[in-house]
Amino acid sequence: MAKYEGKPGALIHVLMEIQSENHWLPKEILNAISDRLNVPLSRVMQVASFYKTFSLTPKGRHRIHVCSGTSCHLRGADELLNSVQELVGVKAGEVDADARFSLETGCCLGSCTLGPEMIVDGEHHGRLSSDRVEEVLKNYA
Amino acid sequence: MQRINSAAELDARREDIRAGKDADRPAIAVCSGAGCAGLSNGRVIAAFEKELESQGLAGKVDLRATGCHGLCELGPNVVIYPEEIYYVHVKPEDVAEIVKETVQGKKVVDRLVYSDPASGEKAVHLSEIPFYKYQSRNLIGNNTRINPSSIDDYIGIGGYAALAKALFGMKPEQVLDEVKKANLRGRGGGGFPAGLKWETTRNAPEKEKYVIVNGHEGEPGAFMDRAVFTGNPHLVLEGLIIGAYAIGAHQGFIYTRHDSKLLKQNIDRALKQARENGLLGENILGSGFDFDVEVHFDVGIFVSGESSALMRSIEGKNPEPRPKYIRTSVSGIWDKPSNLNNVETWANVPQIIEKGAEWYTGIGTESSKGTKMISLSGNIVNSGVVEVPFGTTLRQIIFDIGGGIPGGKKLKALHFGGAMGGSIPESLIDTPLDFDALKKVGAPMGAGALMVMDEDTDMVEMARFFLTFLTNESCGKCVPCREGIQQLLKILTDICKGEGKKGDIETMEEIADVMSAASLCSLGKTATDPLRGTLKYFREEYETNIH
Ligand SMILES: Cc1cc2nc3c(=O)[nH]c(=O)nc-3n(C[C@H](O)[C@H](O)[C@H](O)COP(=O)(O)O)c2cc1C
Ligand code: SF4
Ligand code: FES
Ligand code: FES
Repeated sequence: MAKYEGKPGALIHVLMEIQSENHWLPKEILNAISDRLNVPLSRVMQVASFYKTFSLTPKGRHRIHVCSGTSCHLRGADELLNSVQELVGVKAGEVDADARFSLETGCCLGSCTLGPEMIVDGEHHGRLSSDRVEEVLKNYA
Repeated sequence: MQRINSAAELDARREDIRAGKDADRPAIAVCSGAGCAGLSNGRVIAAFEKELESQGLAGKVDLRATGCHGLCELGPNVVIYPEEIYYVHVKPEDVAEIVKETVQGKKVVDRLVYSDPASGEKAVHLSEIPFYKYQSRNLIGNNTRINPSSIDDYIGIGGYAALAKALFGMKPEQVLDEVKKANLRGRGGGGFPAGLKWETTRNAPEKEKYVIVNGHEGEPGAFMDRAVFTGNPHLVLEGLIIGAYAIGAHQGFIYTRHDSKLLKQNIDRALKQARENGLLGENILGSGFDFDVEVHFDVGIFVSGESSALMRSIEGKNPEPRPKYIRTSVSGIWDKPSNLNNVETWANVPQIIEKGAEWYTGIGTESSKGTKMISLSGNIVNSGVVEVPFGTTLRQIIFDIGGGIPGGKKLKALHFGGAMGGSIPESLIDTPLDFDALKKVGAPMGAGALMVMDEDTDMVEMARFFLTFLTNESCGKCVPCREGIQQLLKILTDICKGEGKKGDIETMEEIADVMSAASLCSLGKTATDPLRGTLKYFREEYETNIH
């Protein structure tokens, strides 16, 4: 954060860097950002809660993302999501009990030619049929 | 790396690069675009590195990880130069054979060659594959020929020559004039003439002006901007610098996706190289013109691609649109005149300056000039990035290039323009790619994401799907958009369940009218376009569910 000290304009940059390292933004960190960048906490909160990239709650060890963009949708994303939800045992937006997986849906990452796809910790599993999901998830402890 | 200080030095540098390149030297271009990257292309590249080493070819063969080739459906794709042999679905296990047989032995590995799914006919070279054969790849065609991390590769194929021509051979007014004459229309959605927009910013009274690349590409199903930006970042940058010169801007911004590592990395590296080479920063090419660029990232909401929202976001604030009566070309970032164009729009500029407006207007239709990149996806055999001249019909794109509909299904509808776009039925498939013709039939091109829908698609469900997307991506600031979408979703959900009531269609039409009239930005104004379009062309699908 040091390089952005006292620079309110860097708010989004700072939040992104922390989010990408820590995967979520705890309250203490938001307080610290407010102090160091000289931005009122209310504005930090406004930005952090507005953007979908930022998370104000903790995530699982592995982050599953099922694309719900148009192309994936046309190629069977709903069915894929259903099987993932069943296997992991949580709905989109939730974390499972032992924090192994958090599941999210999200729109189009521009790899539509791989649809329907599931992304785990940034790794793409494209043209995924429902019966192959289990096999893929086994690799993430 | 040595700073280039004049047009003559740039020419000399290009000569040097070309002299150092042996045209017969073998090269391997492994696609590293978003599609192939998701198909383990990294392991293919690693296998090539290892294999070149072990067959004693390291240093004798160029290996480049390139941007998207186009035919993403069949990735990972590999091109072997100088013969331009094209291999599809390449796996790490295939690599040893490719190096031994093709690179060393000049023989074709038959099983990796493209084979037409219908006729079984094979095509060995890139230019013979139907997907590529019918395209004019002016913008994306160099992707397989250059390494996006090498500025020398770009200079070697003639890069930055247009910039030198503009800086030393043309006054800013002449550059502007050329772009106006070329009738370059914005590729980000609206199709607004770029030259007129440039002129407004140029003539705005404030002295300090900005130019911006909109590389947000938030439209679902759109992936052509990142294909050209990742694969050939200097092309976009060159267009931007030329535009800045024409407009009189000394500061530029690139607004791009935060979630694509490769894109980020390639843009950052291109900027650094351009600075080191004297193509960006102070006194560009010794011309006296100063211009530099800062990169900003989107943080994951669709509405931040809207021009005024994007500018708020660059200021570090929430991306909330503002009313359109204040034009951003006159009062944008920090209230300074700011000219915003899409990635593809900027990428068109170097060729217009280099080859002239007359050449450019020779391509396309009466009102839409040049080529257009399309991201083709959905229920289509060959999904990928396509570039064709305006005037090409949708039928040619879907069948000649896209290979038709998979699984022997029938084509039902074509959808352009993402969540605020429109679907047209199969019967309109002979419509030409043209800003105005497509708008007229109700499928405005938007950024160029063409979604193909087969006979199994439920059009009412699609309308609901798009509105669901928009309710998550709207900023929620104004009532008509926020509440209107919610109401529509309620009704549509009932209709999808077969529980529609008499009068539902009329209620939806009324809400749609209010939203279009009273929403603050285009998101709310056009959110109901997919609904309207499906009501127009597929009304019976609504009616059968209304009792
Ligand atoms: C909700 C919304 C989202 C948009 N998203 C993008 C985008 O991701 N990329 C883009 O280039 N234009 C986008 N636009 C259009 C821009 O506002 C703007 O018109 C365009 O970038 C101008 O560039 P052009 O004239 O070169 O097309 C969006 C517009 C709206 C209303
Ligand atoms: S129309 Fe929708 S996205 Fe646009 S300003 Fe209003 S609420 Fe925000
Ligand atoms: S729709 Fe899933 S990646 Fe584009
Ligand atoms: S990403 Fe490889 S061909 Fe498009």
